[in-house]
Amino acid sequence: MNRNKPFLFKRILKISVWMVLLLFIAGFMGISMGSAGGGVGAFLQSLLGQKEIDSMTETIIWRIRFPRVVLATLVGATLSLGGLVFQALLRNPLAEPYILGISGGSAVGGIIGILMGLSRFPGVGLAAFCGSMVTLLLILMMSSGQTILKKDSLLLSGVMVNAFCTAVIMFLVSLTHDSRLHNIIFWLMGDLSSTDIGQVGMLSLTILPCFLLLFWFSNTMNLLLMGKEMAQTMGVNVKAVTVILLVATSLMVSATVSHCGLLGFVGLVMPHLLRLVLGPDHRILVPACVLGGGAYMVLCDLLARILPQQGEMPAGVITAMIGAPLFIFLLKRSKR
Amino acid sequence: MNSAIVAMDLTFSYRNTPVLKRISFSIRKGNFFIIIGPNGSGKTTLMKILCGVLPAQNGRLEIMDRPCRNYTRKGLAKTIALVPQMASMDFPFTVTELVLMGRSPHLGMLGLEKEEDIEIARQAMAFTEVAHLASRKIDELSGGERQRVSIARAICQEPKIILLDEPTASLDLAHQVRVMDLMERLKEEKSVTVVMVSHDVNLAAMYGDDLLLLKDGRIISLGSPNEVLTYRTLEEVYGCTLLVDKSPVGEFPRVTSVPGKFIDSSSR
Repeated sequence: MNRNKPFLFKRILKISVWMVLLLFIAGFMGISMGSAGGGVGAFLQSLLGQKEIDSMTETIIWRIRFPRVVLATLVGATLSLGGLVFQALLRNPLAEPYILGISGGSAVGGIIGILMGLSRFPGVGLAAFCGSMVTLLLILMMSSGQTILKKDSLLLSGVMVNAFCTAVIMFLVSLTHDSRLHNIIFWLMGDLSSTDIGQVGMLSLTILPCFLLLFWFSNTMNLLLMGKEMAQTMGVNVKAVTVILLVATSLMVSATVSHCGLLGFVGLVMPHLLRLVLGPDHRILVPACVLGGGAYMVLCDLLARILPQQGEMPAGVITAMIGAPLFIFLLKRSKR
Repeated sequence: MNSAIVAMDLTFSYRNTPVLKRISFSIRKGNFFIIIGPNGSGKTTLMKILCGVLPAQNGRLEIMDRPCRNYTRKGLAKTIALVPQMASMDFPFTVTELVLMGRSPHLGMLGLEKEEDIEIARQAMAFTEVAHLASRKIDELSGGERQRVSIARAICQEPKIILLDEPTASLDLAHQVRVMDLMERLKEEKSVTVVMVSHDVNLAAMYGDDLLLLKDGRIISLGSPNEVLTYRTLEEVYGCTLLVDKSPVGEFPRVTSVPGKFIDSSSR
């Protein structure tokens, strides 16, 4: 039976190799470029173990930039994959964790966690997860009156949930007056700067199992694109699969939100770009989104670091500036 | 042992509105079985129960001599395939990719298809005459082509029974006959049982071995086209004046509607 190697398997491997290469290039640029301390040369020297570079550069490269690049990779991968899953599940090309309000819900939960003085992991993460689950339930309840597949009702629910979450966030922020305020605001705009490798490790422990689980369900997502009832007649337990996909996605999205705040529209750019190039098969798109989304986020973060003359801007500014116009373009196209 | 589907006292209500009221019938293996009836008669609900999308709230349903609830989802998918009214596809799969999805119930979670699965898909596409479209995107095709691709996907599932929900509803005359001929051939060559919901009484008369006439969730008549499609029954069910005579092309009835002769049942 296994004599014939499935040809799709080869294709997944081939594409993954290319995407890994892309991710490495992005990661290399992310680590070697920045406002202070050494360029490509310094990084190469450090990588090759030459002792000529000073310890200051060494610290910048390995203690600051390296964890940051790894974090950006994880976050970009999570948000891109999150967008992909929501687009399949809701059969709506505009679905994305930020637009649906899932990220906003996690942020509210996260802020409540911070204000309660919980530790970043697992306290704030757990609070963020609860926040995302609450908004998810809200959105599904609001839009499932007739059918959750309707584009407009889903988007409208998302807009309303987002507006409400923003209000709650501002409410909480205006109640805060101590040093936590600056942290919260910077964090809200999508901030990848404050991180160490331990935190990144914890985050990847939460997220990587979700990636595997979602890949396991990638063919099921293909079938879901044909509609719930069709998927059911093709052997899919739609209810169970929906719950598993939603919970896994919310879990990983809220984990990233609790680490680095709101990064909008990331889940829109990569899935659409990759679908355009690679076709709509999720068995290919899931690994491609993880790797490509990671690379995309690393580059966005790099731009956020090197564009300003002094200091840096939150990466969320860059992702929104690229993503929002794309969203408008997609919305216009889907109305035809 | 000769029945593909046996239904006993099937009942279904949406909230408090009864849609199917104690329906009993059986469909012989290798039969071309067509369910007809006016809008809102419960045809679609019955279809959904037969393919396991909706659970029957009461009564018994046996599929290929086994109670329906004894099937796993994948097992049921290997026994019954559904061709929906309009296969909606917002995502641009190629024809081959879509037809191959029909193999999913036979494969593992990731649905990695082997050479033999691709061969089955190739044959299914040849059978419904869409092989030349294999690498085209599904959203570039015409309605008729899309319908044949959808049927190829169902055949690729290798079911014992194929259910079709108004497959000819949005097709032109040539494509209607083409789809019906395809089903006839499927029945003859692969001895698949074909169950179809249709609004087109004349196509049903031409192709159906047995017809089931539903109204308000009850069976009005069940039997051969000549038995079911009588002037008296049809006028009663559809509430308009109809002309029923013998078809000029074969041994089955022909139904013609008459303009301006709607019978308002409330004024009778």
